[in-house]
Amino acid sequence: MGEMDEVVKEFLVESHENLDQLDRDLLKLEQTHDDADAIKSVFRTIHTIKGTSGFLGFSKLESLTHGAENLLSRLRDQTIAMNQDIATALLRTTDAVRRMLASIESTGGDGVETDDALRGTLAQLNAPTPATDDDGPTMSPTTPVGEILILQGKVKPEDVELARELQEAGDTRRVGEILVESEVIKPSELREALEQQASIRQKETPVSETNVRVDVALLDRLMNLVGELVLARNQILQFNNSIGRQDSQFASTSQRLNLITTELQEGVMKTRMQPIGMVWNKFPRIVRDLANSVGKRVGLHMEGKATDLDRTIIEAIKDPMTHIVRNSIDHGIESPAERERRGKPAQGTLSMRAFHEGGQVIIEIADDGGGIDPERVKAKAVSKRLITAEQAARMTEREVLNLIFLPGFSTAETVTNISGRGVGMDVVRSNIEKIGGTVDITSRVGEGTILKIKIPLTLAIIPALIVRSAGERYAIPQVNLLELVRLEGEEAVKGIESIHGSEVHRLRGNLLPIVRLNEQLALEAPGAPRPDVVNIVVLSADDRQFGLVVDHVMDTEEIVVKPLTKALKGIGVYAGATIMGDGQVALILDTFRVAQRANVVSESRERSRTLAEARSSANHARETLLLFMAGPSRMALPLDQVHRLEEFPRRSLEQAGDDVVVQYRGEIMPLIRLARLFAHRGEAAAGGDTTSDTVQVVVHRHDDRFVGLVVDRIVDIVDEEVTTRAANARRGVRATAVIHAKVTEILDVQAVARDAFGATSALTSMGGAA
Amino acid sequence: MTANRQYCTFFVDDLFFGVEVHEVQEVFRFEPMTRVPLAPPVVRGLINLRGQIVTALDMRARLGLMPRGGDTPPMNVVVRTDDGCVSFLVDEIGDVLEVDDAQFERPPETLTGVARELVRSVYKLRGRLLLVLDVTRTVARCATAASG
Repeated sequence: MGEMDEVVKEFLVESHENLDQLDRDLLKLEQTHDDADAIKSVFRTIHTIKGTSGFLGFSKLESLTHGAENLLSRLRDQTIAMNQDIATALLRTTDAVRRMLASIESTGGDGVETDDALRGTLAQLNAPTPATDDDGPTMSPTTPVGEILILQGKVKPEDVELARELQEAGDTRRVGEILVESEVIKPSELREALEQQASIRQKETPVSETNVRVDVALLDRLMNLVGELVLARNQILQFNNSIGRQDSQFASTSQRLNLITTELQEGVMKTRMQPIGMVWNKFPRIVRDLANSVGKRVGLHMEGKATDLDRTIIEAIKDPMTHIVRNSIDHGIESPAERERRGKPAQGTLSMRAFHEGGQVIIEIADDGGGIDPERVKAKAVSKRLITAEQAARMTEREVLNLIFLPGFSTAETVTNISGRGVGMDVVRSNIEKIGGTVDITSRVGEGTILKIKIPLTLAIIPALIVRSAGERYAIPQVNLLELVRLEGEEAVKGIESIHGSEVHRLRGNLLPIVRLNEQLALEAPGAPRPDVVNIVVLSADDRQFGLVVDHVMDTEEIVVKPLTKALKGIGVYAGATIMGDGQVALILDTFRVAQRANVVSESRERSRTLAEARSSANHARETLLLFMAGPSRMALPLDQVHRLEEFPRRSLEQAGDDVVVQYRGEIMPLIRLARLFAHRGEAAAGGDTTSDTVQVVVHRHDDRFVGLVVDRIVDIVDEEVTTRAANARRGVRATAVIHAKVTEILDVQAVARDAFGATSALTSMGGAA
Repeated sequence: MTANRQYCTFFVDDLFFGVEVHEVQEVFRFEPMTRVPLAPPVVRGLINLRGQIVTALDMRARLGLMPRGGDTPPMNVVVRTDDGCVSFLVDEIGDVLEVDDAQFERPPETLTGVARELVRSVYKLRGRLLLVLDVTRTVARCATAASG
């Protein structure tokens, strides 16, 4: 019994492998129609499955494959020609065989499925119709032997032609035989040509003899052991640092251990590597079926099939890649008629490219379809209330395209059964991010779309930055690390601003939200080891940046990721644990979850919803506001409308007509002096804004142009439940609210900017007229 | 037919517990551990056990008993669970005892509180009661405590 199970298992493994090859061969046949090797290979596979399933007593499987085998043998013997119908029937057969194999695997029997329809189709195709009348190209009877002989100069092309004509007239002998028997060539010459032909074929077929099949579980165990070895090595190296100086022999031995371990680690990692082609091999079939079902023509190009990836990663990217491919065919590539109207070839192209770059694997999936129209994306996002109209207006094209990764977003006008409902690109992104990867999209309307996935080579051993907070060490995966900022002395005090629940640091003018690790982990504040030093680890999470303040920044190290028990996974902020060189355990931080916990990530999405709601109905909602003074007025601006905070030397301000402008990032940015704009009669142009050497400017982006709001002083950033007391008190003011017990006017930055640009353009046109 | 079972025994406060021997991987002295911020108080930290990361649970906290006084460090009883190894931090290690199923009893009604949930059965030994700990429950309830 046990032995029988072994046999069945072996049969299943082998058949699955063969079926993948079968799919490829059939698709090749569909294109070329006359690849004799491919037909033979398909025939062999089906024949093997038929034989074994008969032997093992899977009668349904046997009878189905028998039907296919008959058809294939006639294809092989060239009594019928390959066509689309036959290809489809054979592909359907592979599917049915797969289902039966799955059934054998799970239930032990080949299932109840009878597939009468399919068997009928096979039988019908097999019927002796004069298939050669088909307008498709027929099998060429010329064997390569004839060609080899011509190339060798042993025969004239006419001789081969003649032999072929004899064959067509009903001669059953092979070309070589005819040539020998008609004494055109010597038998030895034929033998030579056949040997050469065989050697060519051998080069084409993979050398399976040099491969062994290894259980994946064994590889995983080896990988674990190597992980242990790496840790032991790290410990010995540390030991070596302390005593190796006295003992040079120990030092050299540990050095050798170091090298061997590194090599072994690489070697074992390689055994777990699989070429991405393993997954990609399924795509020709998927693309063909999808394109047919939506009436499109799609050619698939693949580059870099041999690019190696860790097994676990291959598994993880399978579904996201399939989803992207489906999206491209369903929504990206246009129908043949549409394409021709646009002056493109009727057949669309989908290309998949994989390559290594800087310790990562890059996968690009590109189509030459209609591309994504940012305006439509914006409209959709606004109508779905994912963002507000203002936010949409301020977004860069790249930001707009990335909106498609938001949950609940789908640009398809009609929901089709291919791309499905509900499961969208947000799942693609979250799946890729789960394995430490990123995904980015670029698109040109009318030209196509490119999705770029970046993923790490392996998940088991990763480079990480080790930090220390409240006496404990934590590891931060390096993929999330952007830079390290160290504030010293006065900087340490001034560098972090506006403490009202949300701290920020101005990193090159951008507001970087600050998250303190001690606070997030509820560690007892050790009273900051050195109050004059602040270490900020700048991290990315979900396209957002934030600064994590830690006590000490240590070193970067290769760490072995170990899972936590379920009890600790529930906490969320840890991605796992690792063992440090000294044998102690350190926790690995899940950057994304830390950001979430600190409300850095979800904030913006929620905020935009709150804003939308605030717009439509309610007159109070929670907002993050930048508070500032403009003359005597205390004013506020929602933080998400603030592009940057800048400080310009007064002498850099220039006059252009009636406007004050400043050169900023290659643009001329008009400056609006809020104090003057809102000055009450009688106190015009008052205010202390002429005394200091610099001007404080809040930069806002309006219709792709910068506009600078000159303020007297930045007061604070607050996260407030804003209760509107009066609406539209005066022009340029959205509402008046009480914030921190003081009356504060919330700036209507759109109106102000519109007025400013309106004035400028009016001015220029007047200037032109004059 | 009576079957004999072997129990690895230990003390927590004045309670005498046993865990079936085949569930125990090993027993060792207190080791320095890495604490896990935000974890439930029962989780004392993580220990490196020859490259295996083991979660240490404070049995006194788990049973709702007073914290251990004095300087004597706790002992580790490492048990195997479906979810990897977990160490119970206990006061003192007892002998491995072989008990007769005839001595088996359901937990007495007088046993209350958390202990009652975690004790699977009781053996009446000479002079004392051996409380058999339900390892799965002892560990599982920590998970719910953590996610809650």
